Amino acid sequence: MNDNNTILEINDLSVNFDTLAGSVNVVRDINFSVNSGETMALVGESGSGKSVTAMSILRLHDEEKVNYSTGSIFFKGQNLLGIDESQIKQVRGSDISMIFQEPMTSLNPTFTVGDQIMEPLRIHKGMSKSAAKKRAIELMELTGIPDPQNRFDAYPHLLSGGQRQRMMISMALACDPKLLIADEPTTALDVTVQLQILLLLEKLQKEFSMAVLMITHDLNLVKRFADQVCVMQEGNIVEQGDVGPLFEQPQHPYTIKLLNSEPARIIPQGESQAVQQHDELLRGQDLKCYFSTKSGLFRRTTSTVKAVDDINLFLKEGETLGIVGESGSGKSTLGRCLLRLENCSGDIYFNEQQIDQLKHSALRPLRKEFQVVFQDPYSSLSPRMTIEQIVGEGLQIHFPELGKAQRREKIQKVLLEVGLEDDILWRYPHEFSGGQRQRIAIARVVILEPKLILLDEPTSALDVSVQKQVLALLRELQERYKMSYLFITHDLKVIEAVAHRIMVMKDGKIVETGETNEIFTEPKETYTRNLLTASLFKTVS
Amino acid sequence: MSHYLDKEQLLHLSPNKRAWMRFRNNRRGYYSLWIFSLLLFISLFAELISNDQPLIIQFEQEYYFPLLNDYPETTFGGDFVTKTDYNDPYIREKITAKGNWAIYPLNNYRYDSINYFAELPNPARPSVQNLLGTDDRGRDVLARLIYGFRLSVLFALILTAIGVVVGIIVGSIQGYFVGKVDLVTQRLIEIWGSMPELYLLIIFASIFKPSISLLIVLLSLFGWMGLSDYVRAEFLRGRNLDYVLAARSIGVPNIGIMFKHLLPNSMVPVLTFLPFRISGAILALTSLDYLGLGVRPSTPSLGELLSQGKENIDAWWLSMTTFGVLVGTLVLLIFIGEALREALDTRRG
Repeated sequence: MNDNNTILEINDLSVNFDTLAGSVNVVRDINFSVNSGETMALVGESGSGKSVTAMSILRLHDEEKVNYSTGSIFFKGQNLLGIDESQIKQVRGSDISMIFQEPMTSLNPTFTVGDQIMEPLRIHKGMSKSAAKKRAIELMELTGIPDPQNRFDAYPHLLSGGQRQRMMISMALACDPKLLIADEPTTALDVTVQLQILLLLEKLQKEFSMAVLMITHDLNLVKRFADQVCVMQEGNIVEQGDVGPLFEQPQHPYTIKLLNSEPARIIPQGESQAVQQHDELLRGQDLKCYFSTKSGLFRRTTSTVKAVDDINLFLKEGETLGIVGESGSGKSTLGRCLLRLENCSGDIYFNEQQIDQLKHSALRPLRKEFQVVFQDPYSSLSPRMTIEQIVGEGLQIHFPELGKAQRREKIQKVLLEVGLEDDILWRYPHEFSGGQRQRIAIARVVILEPKLILLDEPTSALDVSVQKQVLALLRELQERYKMSYLFITHDLKVIEAVAHRIMVMKDGKIVETGETNEIFTEPKETYTRNLLTASLFKTVS
Repeated sequence: MSHYLDKEQLLHLSPNKRAWMRFRNNRRGYYSLWIFSLLLFISLFAELISNDQPLIIQFEQEYYFPLLNDYPETTFGGDFVTKTDYNDPYIREKITAKGNWAIYPLNNYRYDSINYFAELPNPARPSVQNLLGTDDRGRDVLARLIYGFRLSVLFALILTAIGVVVGIIVGSIQGYFVGKVDLVTQRLIEIWGSMPELYLLIIFASIFKPSISLLIVLLSLFGWMGLSDYVRAEFLRGRNLDYVLAARSIGVPNIGIMFKHLLPNSMVPVLTFLPFRISGAILALTSLDYLGLGVRPSTPSLGELLSQGKENIDAWWLSMTTFGVLVGTLVLLIFIGEALREALDTRRG
């Protein structure tokens, strides 16, 4: 392990944090090393300690709260945990640099991107302004930013997510680092952009002959792009080795579980056709939702975003319609329009009743028939309400005749149904994990026994193994209560598992719609085909 | 004694209980809260601690309760039929003579009782009779401080409570309904806020008879504005969160969303500012009294004592003691406020 090629070596590292509850051990005695020119992937679910490990390398934790109880981090023969603050600053951004998950917030909005790329060059290499600018433009060109001369003076908000991530990479590469730490570099990006960025990283890695430490939860990505992999669980590395053999023959039960948690189709064959014979539950005709920006003295409309542009759709009873698209395609807005949570024009029929003209007060009694589950279970549950209050709120409004005891009985029943314990009534949302919270959010809507649930990316904030369980739960509830789902997602693997029919959206319009198997096996449109290629990494050469 | 809990216990606490745990971990703020509450509690019974009448008298086999009833001097063998002055050495001697006894409060003066039997000219320096001396009208300074503290704190609590309620209502309406409602209200607040508060107070002080209730009304008219901005901002942030949308989709009416979902999550700035608002209100009352725009001179007030201290600059017991009480109160409140701010910072675990 200790050959000359090793650039980073982590021995017996433990990381602890001081909290109100005393010292918490987050990473336990981990060992791994990275060779130059190689890509090492740290894989694990949220809370496994993979980001903590990566941030320890650059000592980016709050020094007052962190405590490295054992171990060492050797980078080019120097123990990074043993040197003082001024020396580690020399290493940060020059020998080791890092790119983060969220390109929207990791660039400073008050400086131009050019200034931000020049900053490491000026600090670490002491370049003059003109030399730094020349190098910055070279770097921007290298990372595939079109027209870098003009982009140099652009502010971050003018750039798209993919472009910002390219800027982050330019910045990270500015001082020819030997090691690049990429913390979920593409998780926040659309699938097609994700692929481009990963291919770019791969190309640059060869050019700069640097090592990459990639932190991710996406196993497909690891399989395609990494050489070595460490699987982390609850602060421990449970298995490590070359990607090929490890994925072929995983040894540790946790690795096996992770590899098996890819969602698989849970709709029986033939059901997609059968469900088309059911009665129609929801119909939207000529739906349009435009957002306009107004400016100037007379508030003239200067530009219009057509979030939903002339869409027709229908949904049968007991059917799952998957609405797929990248960010900004208008899929979420469409869902909210259909449930009258957003204003739009066009006709909406629910159960043969026209609801688009109804006043909010007239709509309220109908609300129990159509419900929503949101993407982020952390923000969709009010942090200061107990589980009983959260789940029981809808009952209080729509079934006021129920007494307190009856209401509690129903709440307990539904909690058991979604796979939770019935003794959690007095607890608060923060006590639960993401998957449990999503179950609570599902319990909150299922208790009203609605006919339709809008699922807005219900699994994208969840870990892969939890994701599969939640999908199975949703399917089970659909069968039991004969509910229809409008399933909005960007994740094609998820939609393949649960949808009867798929609608692909782009820029507020429908690109293609059809039965799930048809779309996946023989997509008619180029856009759909690109989306499939990018998200499944399968046909990437 | 440590307030550390193990992780499991900590997890089961509600957010409010966790905040209380963090508050308790700040020892300075926690003790300040205790001391302040104790002082306020004691001062609520000021009549039993500092009064010019004995609490109970046994005079010739009969019990008398001067706090509840007025007795003429003749009852105790005096010469006049007027109300008894129990600090009169002659009466004192009578009611404590053989067989009789009386329990006097710790301090023998009320805020408005004048010591007619003082040996020194007023303002008199501290002595055994008047522990902190007298003011320029011969009233006991200690008694005036005790009653003045109570009045200031109660005044501040009422003023703050009104300000908080109005501020929350206006701020939440603005933040929840946004658009035109917000626009119009915000402009009205700006107009209202640019009214010269002090001039209005001077004008009203000359038209009406100055009183505590008038001051509360006048200061409340302006006192809520700072707070409504914070509540508005919290509502603006909160109204777009998923749990609000989720509540709407369940069919919760507006009023329910505002007060059940948004308000509990918008209380952080309100609570954080609470002690600072209370100390601000105490200072406001003190400075108005100091300027002579506040309450009537007979009312026990810290500001009035301060202004007497300015008039009689060599009577150090007037200004120094009042200064001490004011600083002590404000420091306690600020420590509580600091601890609250830390407690409500959820990043602290």
